[in-house]
Amino acid sequence: MARMKFLCDAERCIECNSCVVACKNENDVPWGVNRRRVVVLNDGVPGEKSISVACMHCTDAPCAAVCPVDCFYTTDEGIVLHDKDLCIGCGYCFYACPFGAPQYPEQAAFGVRGKMDKCTFCAGGPAKNNSDAEYAKYGSNRIAQGKLPLCAEMCATKALVAGDGDMVADIYRERVLKRGGRPQTWGWETAYGAQG
Amino acid sequence: MAKQQKTKGRHAKIILWSVVTIMLGATLLPLTGYIYVGVTSASAQATEESNPRANYWRAVREGGAGYVASQGPYTTNTLIQNGGQNWRQIRNGPVSTYTPWLLAAVIGAILIFHLVRGRIKVTEPRSGRMVERWGMGERVLHWYTAILFIILAITGLSMLFGRTVLIPLLGPEGFAAWASVARLAHNYLGPFFAVGILIEIVWWIRHNIPNATDMKWFAQGGGILTNTHPPAGRMNGGEKLWFWIICTFGVAVVVTGIILDFPNFEQSRETMQLVNIIHTVAAMVWIAVAIGHIWIGTLGSEGSLEGMTTGRVSEEWARQHHDEWLEQVKSREQS
Repeated sequence: MARMKFLCDAERCIECNSCVVACKNENDVPWGVNRRRVVVLNDGVPGEKSISVACMHCTDAPCAAVCPVDCFYTTDEGIVLHDKDLCIGCGYCFYACPFGAPQYPEQAAFGVRGKMDKCTFCAGGPAKNNSDAEYAKYGSNRIAQGKLPLCAEMCATKALVAGDGDMVADIYRERVLKRGGRPQTWGWETAYGAQG
Repeated sequence: MAKQQKTKGRHAKIILWSVVTIMLGATLLPLTGYIYVGVTSASAQATEESNPRANYWRAVREGGAGYVASQGPYTTNTLIQNGGQNWRQIRNGPVSTYTPWLLAAVIGAILIFHLVRGRIKVTEPRSGRMVERWGMGERVLHWYTAILFIILAITGLSMLFGRTVLIPLLGPEGFAAWASVARLAHNYLGPFFAVGILIEIVWWIRHNIPNATDMKWFAQGGGILTNTHPPAGRMNGGEKLWFWIICTFGVAVVVTGIILDFPNFEQSRETMQLVNIIHTVAAMVWIAVAIGHIWIGTLGSEGSLEGMTTGRVSEEWARQHHDEWLEQVKSREQS
């Protein structure tokens, strides 16, 4: 069984934000909610690097550990999803998440949060696969259609790679061998532990 | 003879200086290793500092921030924040493991005391003479905060322990429905409770300044184990202690609660993590002490509850529990 992972190659990412746009469009994500974002380090100075980051679908997910209503679950493919029917919008997952993935729409007065929304690895949610209900709550379910997340598919420089962790690692290893230099599997240790 | 002595003296001098030189040399020369280490490590550090790539990714792992074009209230410009894992481990670890034992210890102690010692009775028979103890305003304020305290305690405990205790009972959907209501109630009633607590502190602080009588009261353990009644004014030592617990732990709960309740002031995640732990621990201590307060005000001590419901207590109760206060009331009535 595949173990789905994201990897962003910082040597390739050019901060075009196509992944962000693709995600927003594919999943009809509301304004102010960003399932994926691009962080630029040393912006405008030599050595600038950009990295596209979303939910990393952690092995031992901190969001799931602190959720008071236990609304998270991990699929057989290692994708961390959550049930919006259970979510109460308490914000704990946002405090626990290393990557800033959980987002909250419907900000009312005094910062009252709506139900949490985050990257689903384009795998929808607990509702029936590719149903209208699933799309309205969680967005597209490309995994059920045999496709990979659209952010990675759209990436023009192939910096963002999504898929089975072993295959992603193979692609990245090949790149590093060809171009030289040291690998930087950014965020993997935090998300998947030292063992990967 | 004189020449011989001179030579001897020179010999002694040579031996002495040789020994001193060898001793100093043997002590100092090995220390030059430190100079070598010092020089080489300084240059090694310099190369480490000049490795931009390592520094770069170290900064990322340590929560360094960058620029993000996307905008939203929860869209952060850091790649990794490490505080979350610490918060998770403290909250799911010591906080949720040890604080329930605090509640269990208090409930257990009360239960044992109540079964062994029984209710603290008013010894003199009721004469029917009543003394006013709590005015209407004080009683309204007390019950206002008391009701809110109970609602906030139950809803707050549901947030911390509901996943362990209530999901097996109610099921995931049932508990989520309750948790949704609980969260709303907790967040919306919290500020109203905070106002009540602050008014209570301002209103009652003049009755709760510790004095010599309280020291004696505490020295005798409030007479609770010896079945005596040490002298007390309007507030006895125990009541003053409860007041000051509200002023410390209670205020900590209220202040941290307000910070958690209004996330629209761009508090950092680190702030929220710290504040959440303080809120939880202080609230658990507060609840533990409040259980004692509720017990002694209702079942624990005969005649106490009517003071807070009707506002008046029997003169016998007042003489037994608050003798100095009764004398003050009497002397005020006479003058």
